[in-house]
Amino acid sequence: MTTPLNVNWPRDDYSRVPFWLYHDDDVYALEMERIFRGPVWNYLALDAELPNAGDFRTTWIGETSVVVSRGQDGIVHAFVNRCAHRGAQVVRKTHGNAIEHVCIYHRWCYSNEGDLIGVPFRRGLKGQGGMPADFDPKQHGLRRLRVESFHGVLFGSFATDESSGAARLESLHDYLGEFGRTMIARFFTRPICIMGYHRQLVHGNWKLYAENLRDTYHASLLHEFFVRYGLDRATQKGGVKMDERHRHNMNHAYAGTDSQDEARAAYADQKGVEVDRLQLRDTGFLKFVPEFTDGMNLAAPTIFPNFLLIQISNSLATRQIRPKGKDAFEIFQTMFAYADDTPEMIEHRMLQTNLVGPAGYVSMEDGEAIEIAHRMSATTLNDHTVIEMGGRGAITDTVHRLTEGPIRGFWSYWAELMDVEATGGVR
Amino acid sequence: MDETKRQAIRDLLIEYGLLLDDDKLEAWVELFTADCDYRIVTRENVEQNLPNVLIWCKGKNMLADRITSYRHVNEYNLHWDCHTISPPRIAAEADGSWRVAASYSLFQTTLEGQSRLFSVGRYRARVVFNDNAPRIREMVVVADTGSILTLLATPI
Ligand code: FES
Ligand SMILES: [Fe+2]
Repeated sequence: MTTPLNVNWPRDDYSRVPFWLYHDDDVYALEMERIFRGPVWNYLALDAELPNAGDFRTTWIGETSVVVSRGQDGIVHAFVNRCAHRGAQVVRKTHGNAIEHVCIYHRWCYSNEGDLIGVPFRRGLKGQGGMPADFDPKQHGLRRLRVESFHGVLFGSFATDESSGAARLESLHDYLGEFGRTMIARFFTRPICIMGYHRQLVHGNWKLYAENLRDTYHASLLHEFFVRYGLDRATQKGGVKMDERHRHNMNHAYAGTDSQDEARAAYADQKGVEVDRLQLRDTGFLKFVPEFTDGMNLAAPTIFPNFLLIQISNSLATRQIRPKGKDAFEIFQTMFAYADDTPEMIEHRMLQTNLVGPAGYVSMEDGEAIEIAHRMSATTLNDHTVIEMGGRGAITDTVHRLTEGPIRGFWSYWAELMDVEATGGVR
Repeated sequence: MDETKRQAIRDLLIEYGLLLDDDKLEAWVELFTADCDYRIVTRENVEQNLPNVLIWCKGKNMLADRITSYRHVNEYNLHWDCHTISPPRIAAEADGSWRVAASYSLFQTTLEGQSRLFSVGRYRARVVFNDNAPRIREMVVVADTGSILTLLATPI
């Protein structure tokens, strides 16, 4: 269906990314197939969103609508939300509880596990009509995904035994790696409760957001709010960590490891961002209540391809990237708290929600940065980005923020899955 | 007496929209009481009884801070706002405050004159009178448009 892709990488360390890769229909179609439906683990939802048998939520993997459903057996299943009969959307609500799922078109009925359990008039009526005698409902269930949970974070993969990607799919354990497992576990030492959702529709290619989440350089420049209140700035202790394959990444920072004077000196020559410009009247909501033994006030582990877990001070969330065509994507954010939080702590977390989400003092700005990058790169498709902050060549962890290394890591793994690696390309 | 107050509330709502549309955000903040509570939430969350907020300003200082940050620090899509607000339903409460509900549509226009429908939803407010002047003590903006286009920088 798609022509073989051919990418001329200007450099083998992915420090140059051709702009057309963000704007090409064939690239996008191939990404849906080789990445989102390929040998990867996609974030689906949180186990805490489906407490009871029959609970379901619709989610997205790439552009595929997927239902996550707790079966009567108590196990979470995931299946493609497309009727096996003539392709209609089966589940039309975002969430709910049901004992079965009935497609409204011809009322084919599916179990909580995605099996076809009812076909109206299957045997015909008065000896007339009906499905052929050898019609086997077992062969016509909703397409199942492989599902695994890690500390209550549900991941799904299209690389099932029947598909070509299966051989390449690692166990979730290996896929996350030591790095991913440690970071996810960090967030889920206590039972959580769901605070609610944010959706933000950004008019840019989804990879611009994947890059943004791996771009620790921008955080302390674009986000002056971070700099002003010492939430994340270049003078602090912190940096980037990656898995061995450099597909996952975590930006992090430690509050209080620099002084306002140090920051002033470092930012004195940086245009556009000023350490002391903003004077808020009520900074109470910014207070950081330490609750993780590692002392990080900002931790943002990003798991390829669609998942981010993010702590900014005491706000906690997951984010899912939902591509909506090559020119848009939705950021679906799930805010959570801990089930044993005091009412005061819940209120504190809610007030810190002011930092994140589509209206977040910090997060809103990424929406604009991505749209202006998408808008202008579309006009110069044969040109390319320049990704050299932190150095060229090998991709490495750093104990500082002035790097774009993890972005090159993303592209290197993207290229591997898309089968377009640069000759001798770094990994 | 009652009708005078109702008219004052209707005028307040008109002022509310026009101040936002005219970029007089500092004056808009003055429509609120010192102990006000301003939230923007989405219908998707409300219908699930989930408390999540897009914006929550607890007190007029936090509301003023939103505007200060917008004016001096935040980067956002440059635009003009245009609100259309329905005639409100107004109901007197036993404690002397007033419950006010109205629908809104909010259009955004780029500096090159291209407009888009940005958000629709409901205002759910509680208004009190201080020295005969109506002030907003509580405003919950319930946005049907839960999928925020680009970002949300200016108040609704
Ligand atoms: S398309 Fe679903 S029952 Fe026919
Ligand atoms: Fe950012």
